[in-house]
Amino acid sequence: MTPTRLVVLAWGNESRGDDGLGPAFLAAAEALADPPGLATTFVGDFQLQPEHAVDLDGVDLALFVDASRTAPAPFGFRRVEPERSATFTTHGLSPGAVLDAFAATFGRAPPAAFELAIPGASFELGEPLRERARMCLDAALAFYAGLRRDASVAAWQRAAAPGAAVASGRH
Amino acid sequence: MAIQVDLETAPTQTGMRRVAIDPVSRVEGHGKVTILLDADDRVHQVRLHIVEFRGFEKFVQGRPFWELPVMVQRLCGICPVSHHLAAAKALDIVVGATRLTPTAEKIRRLMHYGQILQSHALHFFHLASPDLLFGFDSPLEKRNIVGVAAEYPDIARKGVLLRRFGQEVIRVTAGKRIHGTGAIPGGVNKAVAKEDRDLLLADAYRMIGWSREAVELVKRLHFANVGLYNSFGAFRSNMLSLVAPDGSLDLYHGGFRARDEAGEILFDHVDYSHYWDQITEEVKPWSYMKFPYLKALGPEQGWYKVGPLVRVQNCDQIPTPFADAERREFVDFGGGQPIHATLAYHWARMIEMLFAAEEIKDLLHDDDLLAGELVTGGTRARRGVGVIEAPRGTLIHHYRLNAHDQVMRANLIVSTTHNNHAMNQAIRQVAKRYLDGRTVTEGLLNHIEVAIRAFDPCLSCATHALGQMPLEVELVDAAGARVDALARHGDGTIERCAG
Repeated sequence: MTPTRLVVLAWGNESRGDDGLGPAFLAAAEALADPPGLATTFVGDFQLQPEHAVDLDGVDLALFVDASRTAPAPFGFRRVEPERSATFTTHGLSPGAVLDAFAATFGRAPPAAFELAIPGASFELGEPLRERARMCLDAALAFYAGLRRDASVAAWQRAAAPGAAVASGRH
Repeated sequence: MAIQVDLETAPTQTGMRRVAIDPVSRVEGHGKVTILLDADDRVHQVRLHIVEFRGFEKFVQGRPFWELPVMVQRLCGICPVSHHLAAAKALDIVVGATRLTPTAEKIRRLMHYGQILQSHALHFFHLASPDLLFGFDSPLEKRNIVGVAAEYPDIARKGVLLRRFGQEVIRVTAGKRIHGTGAIPGGVNKAVAKEDRDLLLADAYRMIGWSREAVELVKRLHFANVGLYNSFGAFRSNMLSLVAPDGSLDLYHGGFRARDEAGEILFDHVDYSHYWDQITEEVKPWSYMKFPYLKALGPEQGWYKVGPLVRVQNCDQIPTPFADAERREFVDFGGGQPIHATLAYHWARMIEMLFAAEEIKDLLHDDDLLAGELVTGGTRARRGVGVIEAPRGTLIHHYRLNAHDQVMRANLIVSTTHNNHAMNQAIRQVAKRYLDGRTVTEGLLNHIEVAIRAFDPCLSCATHALGQMPLEVELVDAAGARVDALARHGDGTIERCAG
């Protein structure tokens, strides 16, 4: 049986306080062995950029992980659709914009994608992760472990449905 | 010299109305444009506020110097490789490596031109091209990369793949796409693997071809609306960049060359290790960012611009054939005078992208990349200055160490800081032309954004939590009451807020 190919894209700056949630998530997730039926690749970066569309090529499922100023505690989980973003001067894109860049680059629909947003509050240079952010990170990693056990679009869609306990981190 | 210097001429803010443009981008942090109007609603003063590199000195103070090339990459998620290399160049001096081995220098150059290629590709294809292809006043839902993809799918695709190629060059030379460790004080930590070199070479010629197409595209756009392109946000200024000893364009190393607004050379081939003899910085109470100027001319006459528009005109030639042919056409377009059009930054940037692609190809054919001495050294020093031409312009790193090899003091002058005064000037020209009365229009926002984008500023450094608002505009009257406000949210929706 062909394993489900999952790519986890997490980004942020670990020297800027809670902005390091993405890299911290990635470091912990990379240490986990894949369960049977799942083949995971990991991509980390400072910011999400158009070329990350290439990292989505050939995968069945994508998970975007980032710090968020607005996500509910301990995390938010939702399906991501291609979208048109309105960034002021560039340089980072939203996950939805990367999906659109995928369509532009490859001329076909992008893989199913979800966003795991972990709340952060302080982003100053030289700061470590705040305690509250660490707690949210632990909850997000526990949730991710559950996602890996049933890595299918249908299961993740159920987990992201409005009202689903896990979608807002109440698990 | 007739450089306009009346940004700061408002004797008092009494009787002026304030227009504040306050983008709280999820990427670049906090930027703000304040337009002060006089009693007759004319633009009197413009202030671009940027929060940048606050806390950097404290961040690195006390750290052992060998950590710096990796550490400084965390300052900026937009151009980490430029900081990586500028820090390494400064620390070359500290370890006495006044001349790198051929292998080390060529690998660093390859890394740098990979960064130039990917950065310029990102800027043009994903930031500027929507404005340029569809017009500054076209609907926002169209004026983005998705709109480009819909109508010009080939352009959007090539933009992504050019950027990806540049990132692969960085990965091969720096060790990984981020947090690279390739450049170390005195050299590099590994040679390029032959299989990696061959992989890159397989795509290198295609990248040159696409870069040539990009230059043709930007030229076509410029010529199609030459009146607007030549005048939009245009201002005359001094210019500063590095040039090679023979006057060629060299983005990795060289001496300072400055020209005045008419193109006359002010100084040439100046050793940057004492940059403070030529450049000093002015502090203004309303801005976190300093205002550098040429010391000999003073703050009012000595401000300058940096970056692609300057570099392609400041050099005598470009050492690769296709890019040099494009440079000559660009210079000829100026008819013997320097080109100061803000929108010509895009044209110049694509010429540099072509140069980077050609340089990458040439370097990949050089077997010095694959083997040779990696590190050198010599007499130690306690101070080091490294200067590089980053994608956005001149980047200076300056460190002083204590007896324990720890950083005692650090000073950075980044490209966006060099362009601080210049960006204010460009916005001022645009505001004078497009601000009408007491209403903050979406059109005004669009035009100010277009002017700022031409410089490709880095408005902050790599913090980017989801959920921040990209842009907000506020009109405040002389009494401090908000009379109008316009917000553009991250999803592109516009919200007019009550006064």
